Amino acid sequence: MIGFILIVFVSLFFTGIIIRTKSLAAGRKGPGILQPLKDIIRLFRKGSVYSQTTSFIFRLAPVVYFSSVVMASLLVPFGPSRAVIGFEGDFIFFAYVLGLGKFFNIISAMDTGSSFEGMGASREALFSMFAEPAFFILMGSFALLTGFTSFYDIFNAIHLNSYTGYALGTMAALVLVLLAMIENSRMPVDDPKTHLELTMVHEVMILDNSGFDLGLILYTGYLKFAMYGALIANFFIGGLALNLALPIYLLIQFSFAVAVGLIESFMARFRMSHNAQFIFALSSVSFLIFFGVLLIMGKLN
Amino acid sequence: MALINIFLASTLVSVIAILIADSRGKGMVVLASVLVNAGISSFAAVQVLMGNSFDFMLSGSIPFGEVSIKVDALSAWFILTFNFTLITSALYGLQYMKRYVAQKSEMALHCISFVLVHLALTAILVVQNALVFLLFWELMALSAFILVIFEHHKPKTIRAGINYLVQSHISIVFLMLGFIYVAFKTGSYSFSAITAFSTSQPALAGTLLFLFFFIGFAIKAGFVPFHTWLPYAHPVAPSHVSGLMSGIVIKSGIYGILRMVLLIKADFTTIGYIILFVSIVSGVYGVMLAIIQHNLKRLLAYHSIENIGIIGIGIGVGCIGLGNGNYGMIALGFSGALLHTLNHSLFKSALFYAAGNVYLAAHTMNVERLGGMIKLMPKTAILFLIPAIAISGLPPLNGFVSEFLIYGGIFNWLSNAGLVGMIVVGFSLLSLVFIGGLAVLCFTKAFSIVFLGSPRKTLPENIREAGFWQLFPMYLAVFAIILIGLFPTLFIGILQQPLSLFIGGFIPQAGSMGFDAVSSLSEIIYLSLGLILLVILVLRLRKWITRNASVTFEPTWGCAYPSAAPNLQYTANSFIRTYTKLAKPFLDIGKREIDIDEAFPSKKQYATQPYDKIERYLIDRPLKAIKVFIGWFLFLQNGKLQRYILYEIIFILSVIAIPFFYEKIVSFLNVLNHL
Repeated sequence: MIGFILIVFVSLFFTGIIIRTKSLAAGRKGPGILQPLKDIIRLFRKGSVYSQTTSFIFRLAPVVYFSSVVMASLLVPFGPSRAVIGFEGDFIFFAYVLGLGKFFNIISAMDTGSSFEGMGASREALFSMFAEPAFFILMGSFALLTGFTSFYDIFNAIHLNSYTGYALGTMAALVLVLLAMIENSRMPVDDPKTHLELTMVHEVMILDNSGFDLGLILYTGYLKFAMYGALIANFFIGGLALNLALPIYLLIQFSFAVAVGLIESFMARFRMSHNAQFIFALSSVSFLIFFGVLLIMGKLN
Repeated sequence: MALINIFLASTLVSVIAILIADSRGKGMVVLASVLVNAGISSFAAVQVLMGNSFDFMLSGSIPFGEVSIKVDALSAWFILTFNFTLITSALYGLQYMKRYVAQKSEMALHCISFVLVHLALTAILVVQNALVFLLFWELMALSAFILVIFEHHKPKTIRAGINYLVQSHISIVFLMLGFIYVAFKTGSYSFSAITAFSTSQPALAGTLLFLFFFIGFAIKAGFVPFHTWLPYAHPVAPSHVSGLMSGIVIKSGIYGILRMVLLIKADFTTIGYIILFVSIVSGVYGVMLAIIQHNLKRLLAYHSIENIGIIGIGIGVGCIGLGNGNYGMIALGFSGALLHTLNHSLFKSALFYAAGNVYLAAHTMNVERLGGMIKLMPKTAILFLIPAIAISGLPPLNGFVSEFLIYGGIFNWLSNAGLVGMIVVGFSLLSLVFIGGLAVLCFTKAFSIVFLGSPRKTLPENIREAGFWQLFPMYLAVFAIILIGLFPTLFIGILQQPLSLFIGGFIPQAGSMGFDAVSSLSEIIYLSLGLILLVILVLRLRKWITRNASVTFEPTWGCAYPSAAPNLQYTANSFIRTYTKLAKPFLDIGKREIDIDEAFPSKKQYATQPYDKIERYLIDRPLKAIKVFIGWFLFLQNGKLQRYILYEIIFILSVIAIPFFYEKIVSFLNVLNHL
């Protein structure tokens, strides 16, 4: 339960921290940490403009997207304290329920009949397809290493106390961070600040959303970021006492947000045609983790 | 015993009744016959699943001897699966075929074939005698052939039908060789002889025998590379037959494979690896080709190959479990495969019926000509969307449940896999995830290009939503899809009986299941229900919060381009363009393109013609080679009567001469040997 509350708590500030970091890196003062939240509250109260081409799918999709992310974050534990609901193989449900949200996002973009949104939808479908194997191989490797198949048990049983272990931990953190970037449509795969529709992925899919729906989609993005941040943090706080785990958790979430801001300040987005290869390369990194686990377990002798 | 007689009698009566009835009556007779026969066989199946036995010996006739009829739990599961889709298919066919009542003779043949296919499908599930099995297998192939070629005046249809017929017979050849070999060794055509034979022989013989049967059944099921008939036969058939073929006829191949797993005692580890490999290839290749199809029914047909692949992964995992004694793998692998068989028959038939509705309304299956159908046919659209989500394996629907079980089987493997096993686990996971991702790409494409946006080409006038009875079979299927999705444990409970056949001697020890997917599913129920409740809650919340807010309708934001037209929309081809570029090495896309190359461009053209690379290299090339080889003997066929008489004389003379000289040759050889 604490896990979910913390994710909601962190989601309130996460994007604010990213934006503040970017502002500071660009030499500006920047808006307050709570500005994104205020924007959303304003959007919630606003009226909507719907495209005449759209059907009920377009109105349903943001809600399904939000619900799928909420359901996924219910599965994320907080170090020593269990998740709201957890069971063996919960990470499979985690990935698939997020897939449901993506499915609706894609068809909602196609519902507008806009060529730009179609472009974004096509990219989103392809990129998420390439990103999923990396997550599964990663979790599969840890299932193999620990002998458990739920988030809570895996995180609490991981002991990376050898050189191979540290290497694995670094690689796993890398894969998770990059996955979070892909899933949240951030640099280096997607640039949320680009001004040209042709070069967007996620932003272009929601061009026609407005009012409450847009607010919901934006908030879902923040929630998703916090959820992935929580996953990364869990990787380090499994098995720690609560009073130690909480500061580390918050610190990791904070530095994750700062890192995202810094990456976006100093890096350019990849060429769109290179994205697929880049994401697929993630799967190979997770395969490296898999072989590393085999090595640790002495299966490779 | 009485049940069998009633079943046969009702089939006979309905065949006669179809001949007598008028065109409209024929359909009702089929429906009545299907309902009666489904009722009878389901009654027996339910009895068996409740723990009673259903085992009879039909008194022998000359060629067959005594025929054992037995419904065990595996047959029962398949009977229930088949009956459901047979009923929905008959219901849908009744409405779909209304357009064709003028074609009287075709109609009669079609209806009779439908009744016979039901008889054959039920019979192959229950007979325990190889000869009778083959007979009904042939009956199924033939009647399915007649069902497929209903529109036989179209050359495409008849070509696809013959392709199917030829390949079904290759399947029968393999089965026949297997059965005859066993009968030759043991002198009995009974199924129990197969068990007796494989237990008495070394494991290698059993394995080879199994592979023989596997190829025979795999052709029927549509495993790659034996799949090439499937994408031709399904699209040309009337939609209810497509649903029937894709939903259950190909599952008879799956039944055959599972039956052989039960009958043959062999080296299941090797077999499991082979099935797993073939299935992974089928799954990935099937969906990869499905994505590039622009004919909606052909797309669905390729998806059947993918789903057969998923079922096969389950069977493969189960077999490896049998080989290395891993209880979790057996239980979850086989129950995943069995449940996915049911699931696939549900969503695939519903998808084909929805495609049929679209076809009847728009008279085309080319997705590039469609669009915006959701506004014209909202119910059909929803009834396409729900199975589409299910087939992509997403929660909270049934596709997720069976895939979750198969994942469970794979994860259980981790507990006792060797190095090779571990690597195979990695690749199985990778491919299963990949299949899921590609399926999402495929069905977002199919749904959004057909139903969303606005029409890409002018659609026929007055498209209306299909009538209630035409939607009714889809409601049934979708209801079952949601039911299994939300209450999976109910159906897994029913699966325990068929599963116990596979588990057999294995006694599960406490905690022997590393990853108990079944108990996880009982937790997933809460999440699935929670998801639906949350969606409803947020929808209500939105309504409440925005109750005073203004809602206006404007044209789609065209990024400041003022004259957005429907033909500017993303097409199916552009939606998958990046994918096509990445997957190019595996695909065979005939592309004709006239590009812009001058300052004032004239008319441009861009057309793609996806083809199956495996078919090109495995079927077309060898066929060409055979044709060339046979061509060398073309001089024999020269149309001169004298030559033909000469051939006959040579033949008759050699028939007489060879036995005559045989003795001489043998004695000559003997003399040589003695020297």
